Amino acid sequence: MHRSKVRVATGVLDANDTIAQANRADFDRAGVRVVNLMSAPGAGKTALLERVLMDGLGDVRVGVLEGDVQGSLDAERLSALHVPVTQLNTDPGFGGECHLDANMVRSALGAIALDEIDLLVIENVGNLVCPAEFRVGEDRRAMISSVTEGEDKPLKYPLMFRACELVVVNKIDLLPHLDFSLERFLANLDQVNPGVEHMLLSARTGEGVDAFARWLADIA
Amino acid sequence: MHELSLSRAILDAALARAEGRSVVAVDVTVGALRQVVPSSLSFYFEIVSSGTACEGARLRAHLAPARLRCACGHEWELREPAFRCPRCHGGEVAVLSGEELTVDSIEVEEEPCTAAR
Repeated sequence: MHRSKVRVATGVLDANDTIAQANRADFDRAGVRVVNLMSAPGAGKTALLERVLMDGLGDVRVGVLEGDVQGSLDAERLSALHVPVTQLNTDPGFGGECHLDANMVRSALGAIALDEIDLLVIENVGNLVCPAEFRVGEDRRAMISSVTEGEDKPLKYPLMFRACELVVVNKIDLLPHLDFSLERFLANLDQVNPGVEHMLLSARTGEGVDAFARWLADIA
Repeated sequence: MHELSLSRAILDAALARAEGRSVVAVDVTVGALRQVVPSSLSFYFEIVSSGTACEGARLRAHLAPARLRCACGHEWELREPAFRCPRCHGGEVAVLSGEELTVDSIEVEEEPCTAAR
């Protein structure tokens, strides 16, 4: 018996990316643009969507795919706004995946009324590490960083801050109560992802939310 | 903990080329810009490979350094997440290496094993 070396040369994420492309093709066929919205838990993904969807996006019909480890609390919040929401749980029984991957999104495609929407917002599982690695078939990626998380987060989670085309800085209404230096945060962000688009807003007060609504509407 | 998902993907890629042979080692390249912890990868790989042709195989993770090149021509190795060019402070920077996440090769016993896939 002898040992031999066999060339594999396969990207670890190739299988995921192939499925992501299939998702993307299905979205394209249905004329639906897709945003992958990511953040740490509690940064305000659902609150921001609530605020934006309350006023609507003009002619743009929006649907939400709600990714959670467990439960449907967020989906219930958004359903109250009469927006089509599809719940996607990653929990197979004893603790689910910490991110959405292309295959999970594919499994939910049948439950989304793609012909009734122009824009699908995929609210990823709250996590600053894992979601950044997995493409799901989106056109754009946005992330939310809230000021309560601290100004060092771009330096600690560079992959996430580099994996998106838009960084939303949320909870700016809390700035007077925090030691958070916006200047330092933006300098850190610029080091990690030079020139990336960012916007400052508060999902709670509504300040600056119109810019995010325009960003979404422009994609559709 | 996405290392669990990644280790499953590594297992699938390895088994696809094992063709029934027993795998003794799997060589992967992990770029320094990936937030992947090699020791977690090995730990999960041991779990997910149990009962397959990769059972007992060593996962050997090779780290690829992060190398960048600025539009100004300057090339450097990244030690901390500062992606602006240290020479001209420009932000038009290409990643030459550091984003790799690949299964490069497997080492197999040439006598077919009996373990189920």
